[in-house]
Parts: sequence; structure tokens; C-alpha cells
Amino acid sequence: MKLDKQKLLQSIQEKAKEIGRPLRLMELCGTHSQSIAQHGINSLMPKNVKLVSGPGCPVCVTDQTDVDVMVGLALAGIPVAVYGDTMQVPGNLMSLEEARRNGADVNVVYDITEAIKMSQEKTGLVFFGLGFETTTGMTAWAIQQGLIVYSAHKIFPPAMSALLANKQIKVDGFINPGHVSSIIGTKVYEQFKIPQVVTGFDGEGMLSAIEMLLTQILENKAIVQNVYTDLVKKDGNPKARKLIAEVFEISDAHWRGLGEIKKSGLKIRKKYKKCDAEFVYAELIAKIKKEIKPKPSACKCGLVLQGLIESQECPLFGKVCTPDNPQGACMVSVEGSCNVEFRYNRK
Amino acid sequence: MRDAHFCIRSYLADKNGMCLAIPGKILKIKGETAEINFNGIRKEVNIAMVDVKIGDFVMVHAGFAIEKMVPDLASEIQGYLDKK
Ligand code: SF4
Repeated sequence: MKLDKQKLLQSIQEKAKEIGRPLRLMELCGTHSQSIAQHGINSLMPKNVKLVSGPGCPVCVTDQTDVDVMVGLALAGIPVAVYGDTMQVPGNLMSLEEARRNGADVNVVYDITEAIKMSQEKTGLVFFGLGFETTTGMTAWAIQQGLIVYSAHKIFPPAMSALLANKQIKVDGFINPGHVSSIIGTKVYEQFKIPQVVTGFDGEGMLSAIEMLLTQILENKAIVQNVYTDLVKKDGNPKARKLIAEVFEISDAHWRGLGEIKKSGLKIRKKYKKCDAEFVYAELIAKIKKEIKPKPSACKCGLVLQGLIESQECPLFGKVCTPDNPQGACMVSVEGSCNVEFRYNRK
Repeated sequence: MRDAHFCIRSYLADKNGMCLAIPGKILKIKGETAEINFNGIRKEVNIAMVDVKIGDFVMVHAGFAIEKMVPDLASEIQGYLDKK
């Protein structure tokens, strides 16, 4: 049965009216932010329903220090491989793109198997492992094939706990990520007592999720619903999770904007230390970290990632900070809130 | 059920961020690699993260199948692919 967009919109209007009070719904996946903008969903929302972006863009939440370490390794003459979205993220010293322009061996890969092939010729190459559960499985597999990785991988649910624990952040419902959920399943979300819907990335999927959240709010429910049933199962993908658990163990991690979140990161297990850049290049990395000079920046990415302000409220937005000259990670990634806002909504 | 046509179109039209994912059908399997048909384009993909057989539909992200898709969406996609 095809969901009728008009009916969904009508129901959203009616339910929002019935609820009356202002509502904030947060999408937790960068691809959702992109989809909302692409389909103009914001302009279709009732006055009292606000859609805010959360910390769901993996490039955006990657800590400055992790970028600095990769830049430092590259400048020290070690070949590195990264996903394209990471190239322009500003570090304290410079971005990986600038390091490449300065002669460092920085390689963009679309797929981690390309990094494995590259490492056969470029001995000692380090791959920048980042992202949530969707990309972590790939990195785990590559580590088992012998690829050296610097891990900035993160797990998603602890970030949701952190958001809910912050009393400044007012959210009435979460639109949970689609592909992350295909790995971790929907059951893990049941610990959070807030309305939640897992959905895919098409316009109808987004509208259904919003409609279902409003229904839950109206009925005073706080459950986990799933509209992405063709892909997302209650228990997720156990094979991928097993692969991740074999290679990684849980550690504390720094998130841009959210600071340190306990047990939200993944480090490489000792068994695979020969593939862990933090072991292989331990001294060099310690030196790089010691030499980091925090560069003052007016970037408000941290607040944007928590839904505390909107991109347009950042004084640099669209003036100094644009996709061609990004001042913060949220303007770099095509899924970053500032980048999405700039491309779709800036008139 | 969402509209699979719409779905594929919006996936393909998307800008190529690291989170882009596309559904495809498994044509051949060789060890941990499978040949997959994406809307008429054939590509090799890693299947180490999923238990699959020929004919299954999978969601592919950065060169890896991340999860198997259920048959009803799969058949809708197949109908779409056949028309192409
Ligand atoms: S507009 Fe630029 S400087 Fe401002 S918060 Fe976004 S990324 Fe940071």
C-alpha cells in the first residue's frame, strides 16, 4: 500500500493543532536532514512543529583532535587514506586537504577495500576509521585483513542518552537513523522514554515518521516504532555486530559539540594492535597530541549539533563560512546541518 | 510500503556523501565478494557482513552490503529494474 502524502500532511496538521503547544522533533541522521531539506518538508510543517538536526552526521561529530592526529601523521610522511567527506574538516593546524596541498600523501577512498589495496604499495598506510555502526563493520573487516586504522568510530545510543540528560535541550521526539538501525536494530532504543520512529530517507518515510511521532505525543505514549521494515529488524544485523565486537571494544570518546561521552567510542582490541595506529605510531601520536594548539574559532557547530541553535544563527553562516570555505565540520559534510541549510534554504 | 521507484530515484540523485546507500540484487557470489545489479549497473560488493544467496536484495553502503532487504520491497525494486 502506498502511503498518501496528502493524507499524511493533513493528519500532521490536525494532530499538531490538537496538541497545541510548540513541539521539537529531532532527526538523528545526517541523511534525514538532507532528505528533509531536499523534499522541502520544513515548509510543510504546522507552525508549532519544528524539525531540528541532531548529532547524526559522523563527519560533523568527529573531534578536532582526531583530525589533528591524522593531519600530523600525514605531515610526518605517513601515507593516509580517508573518506572524501573528511578532507575539508578544519583541524587546529590545517585540514587534510591542506596537508595534501603541502605535499603529504593523503588519499581519498570511496570504499575501504581501496585503502587495503593501496596499503600493499604504501607500507604503513593509516586509514581514518570514522562513523557509526554502519561503517564500523567495514573497518572491522579491513582490520582483520591487516589494514592499519586510526579509530574515531562511535556508537550511537550513548549520544542519545547524553542529549536526553541535557536539560537545555528540549526534544519531544526522535527520528531515529535508518542505516545505523539496520545494524543495531530497534530494541536498543527501548531504554529511552521518548517517542521514537525509525525511518528511511524518502519523503513519504519522513512524513510517516513525523505523523507517528505526533500520534504518540497526542496519545501520551513513548514507544519505538519502525517504518523502515524492509531493511530494519528488531535485532538488527547480528553478523555485522559480531564482526564489530571481535575487533573493537568500547571506550570513552570525544564528540564535537557534546564533549566526552562515556562508553560511546570504539577502540581496537589488543589482539589486533598491529593494526592499531595508536599502537603502531604511539610515540608520534603522543607527540602530535602534545603539540596541538587549540585555534580559537567562532564556529558554533557544537551548539548546532545539539539542536540548541540553528545554522542561520551562527554569525559566520553564509558570510565567512560556506561549503567552499568551511569554517566548521557542519559546513563540510553534505549531511552537515550548515551545509544542508546553505544549499537548500539560503535564499 | 513505500514507493520503491521514488526511493531508488532519490537515492541515486543524492549527493555522494559517505552515508549514501543503494539497494541492489545479488547476481553472483565468490567468497566474500558478490556481483550486484544496481539499476542496470553491475558492481562488485563485499558481503562479509551479511548472510545472503543469489537473488537476494541488499542495501549497499560504501562498497559493502550492510543488510538484507525483505522480499516485498525487493520484488517492487525488481519490477522497476525489469522495466529499465
Ligand atoms: S555556519 Fe560554519 S562556522 Fe557557523 S556553526 Fe556552521 S560550520 Fe560552524
